[in-house]
Amino acid sequence: MRGKALSQVDAAGSVIRQDGAKTVVELHGDWTVETIGSTDADLRRVEETTAPGDIVIDLTHLGRVDTAGAFIIGRVTRRCGEPDGDFHFIGDHPTARRLIEEVRARTTVCSEEAPPTFGFGKALARIGAGLEAMAREILDTLGFLGRTMITGVTSLFVPSRLRLTPTIWAMEEVGVNAMPIIATLSFFIGAVVAYMGANLLQSLGFSVFTVELVGIAVLREFGVLITAIMLAGRSDSAFTAQIGAMKMQQEVDAMRVLGLDPFEVLVLPRVIACTLMAPLLTFGAMISGVFGGMLVAWSAQDISPSLFITRFHEQLDWSHFLVGMSKAPVFGLVVAIIGCRQGMQVGGDVESLGRRVTASVVQSIFAVIVLEALFAMLYLELGI
Amino acid sequence: MTQDALISVRDLRTAFGPHVIHENLDLDIRRGEILGLVGGSGTGKTVLLNTILGLKQPDGGDVFFEGHRYGGLSVAERRKVNSRWGVLFQNGALFTSLTVRENVMAPLREHVSMPPALMEEIAGMKIGLAGLSPEAADRYPSELSGGMRKRAALARALALDPDILFLDEPTAGLDPIGAAAFDSLILELSQALGLTVLMITHDLDSLHAICDRVAVLADKKVEAVAPIEALMRNPHPWIQEYFHGPRGRAALAGQGG
Repeated sequence: MRGKALSQVDAAGSVIRQDGAKTVVELHGDWTVETIGSTDADLRRVEETTAPGDIVIDLTHLGRVDTAGAFIIGRVTRRCGEPDGDFHFIGDHPTARRLIEEVRARTTVCSEEAPPTFGFGKALARIGAGLEAMAREILDTLGFLGRTMITGVTSLFVPSRLRLTPTIWAMEEVGVNAMPIIATLSFFIGAVVAYMGANLLQSLGFSVFTVELVGIAVLREFGVLITAIMLAGRSDSAFTAQIGAMKMQQEVDAMRVLGLDPFEVLVLPRVIACTLMAPLLTFGAMISGVFGGMLVAWSAQDISPSLFITRFHEQLDWSHFLVGMSKAPVFGLVVAIIGCRQGMQVGGDVESLGRRVTASVVQSIFAVIVLEALFAMLYLELGI
Repeated sequence: MTQDALISVRDLRTAFGPHVIHENLDLDIRRGEILGLVGGSGTGKTVLLNTILGLKQPDGGDVFFEGHRYGGLSVAERRKVNSRWGVLFQNGALFTSLTVRENVMAPLREHVSMPPALMEEIAGMKIGLAGLSPEAADRYPSELSGGMRKRAALARALALDPDILFLDEPTAGLDPIGAAAFDSLILELSQALGLTVLMITHDLDSLHAICDRVAVLADKKVEAVAPIEALMRNPHPWIQEYFHGPRGRAALAGQGG
C-alpha cells in the first residue's frame, strides 16, 4: 500500500469484459498518478459507449490507489445518477471506495479554455490595438515628464526637499561607474571611423582630412550617441528594475502612505543624475573617441599626433562640440524619464517586471534615435 | 533510529558564519502523523525545513529518508524522492507567470506522462480538493487573495499525490474562519490520503486542532517532541511561556480543554 518504496509500482491495467447486460471493468496493478496515463483512453471509451447504469468496477485486483487514480476510476461512472452506488462496485479494497467518493465530492469542473481565433479581422484589430497602445504610451510618457518637471520646479523653491544623498548615489551609479565602458566603446568607434576614412581619403590623396572626419563624426554624433545608448542599456534598465522591484514589494505604496512622494524620492534624483551626468559622459566619450581616431591616423596614415592636434584646432569649429554637447542632457533626461516611468508601471508579477524592463530599453533607444534625427534636421535648418 | 520514522534528522548543525542556529538537532517524523513544529522567531524553523528538503546543505549531521541518507542518493533517486514530497512555501511560491491550473499541472508535466486532457482534469480535481472554486483555475496568482493563493499552493503541493506534505505557516495571514477551514482541510486530506505532514506554525489553534505531536525548537535543538497535552506539562520556560501565555490560554479555552 501507501509508503511502499517508489520503485515498486506496478503498471495500471484494466480488463473489460461483458457479464450479461453489465460491463465489468477489472482493475489491475497500482493506480497512481504515475501509472494512470496509459489507461485514460480505455476508460473514456467505456464511459462513452456503455449505459452509465450498466458499468461495474471490479476492485479485487486493485493495488495502490491515490487521488489521481481514484479520480480516473470514479470518472467512469460519473454520468450515472448514482455514481457511487454499491451496484457499481464488486470486490473489496481498503481505501478505494472512500477515496473515490472523497475525490468526487471535491472535484470541480474547470471551464474549457477559449480556443484561439485567427483571421484577417483579428490581425487588423491587433494592429489597431498596437497603434493605440503606442499613442497612449507617448502621451503617458509626456505626462510623466510633466509631473517630474513640476516636482523638480517645486523642489527648486524648497531646496530642502531635494534628496541629495540619493541624487549623488545615482550620479555615481549612472556617471562615474559608466565612464570606463563608455570611454572604451567610444575609443573603438573613433578608431573605426578613422579606418573607414583612411582608405578612401588616401586614395584621393587627402589623407589629412581624416582629422576632420574623426572630429566631426565623434564630436557631433558618435560621442553623444554612444553615451545615450549606453545609458539606455545600462542605467535605464537598472532604473526600471529597481523601481519595479520596489513596486512589486509594495515599497512604493508604503512611501505614499508615509507621506513621501515617490516622484520626489525615486524619480527626481535619478532624472537629475542622468541629466547632469550625460554631458560629462559625452565629454569623456568625445575625448576617448578622438584619441582612438588619432591613434589610427598615426599608425595607418602617418599623421603624427602633433599634426593631428594642430589641425584639429585649426580646422574644427567649436560649433561641432557644442552641437554634440547640447544633445546630451536631452538624451539623459529622456532615458531617465522612460526608465522611471516603466518602473512605476510594473504590476504585481515577475512577468510584468521583465516586460517593462524590455519596453523601457526599447523605448529609450528608439526615442534617442528619433530625437537624434530631429536634432540633425533642426541644426541643418539653423545652419549650425 | 525508530522503525516507523519516515524522515530522521540526526546531529544536525547549521550555522551562518559564526552564528550557530542548530546544534546536535535530532528529529523524527513518523509515518502518517501530523507533526507541528514551533519555535520563536529566528530559531531556524524554515532553515530546518529547507535542510530537510535538501535546499540547504547541512553544515554537519545527516537527513535520512526511509533510512537512506539523503545526501548519498543519486540524482535519479533524489528526483524520485522529491516527487513524493509536496511543499507549501510560506508565501505560496506560485509561478507568477502561470495560471493556477498551469501551476498545478507543472509538476505533472515534469514527472508523469499522461494525455494533456487528463492532466487538465486532474489539475481541476486537485484545485477542487484544495477548496478553490473553478473560476480561480484560470486566474494568475497576482489576481488571487492571500487565502486563495495558499489554497492554490496547496493544490500544487498535492499534484503528485505526495506521501509527505511540508507546510510552512499554512494559516499565517488567514482570517480565523479561513484558518480553521484550512486546518480541517489538511486534517481531512491527511486522513483520506494517509499523508504524513510536517507543519511549521505559530497558530496555537492549529496545534490543538490537528497536530498529533508537536516539536519545539529552542536552544538550538529540538527541545521536546510530544503530543500537545504532554508538552504543556514540560517545565522548559519557553514552552511554559508559549502555551500558558495569554494567547496559549485563549487557544486552550477555545478547545474546551
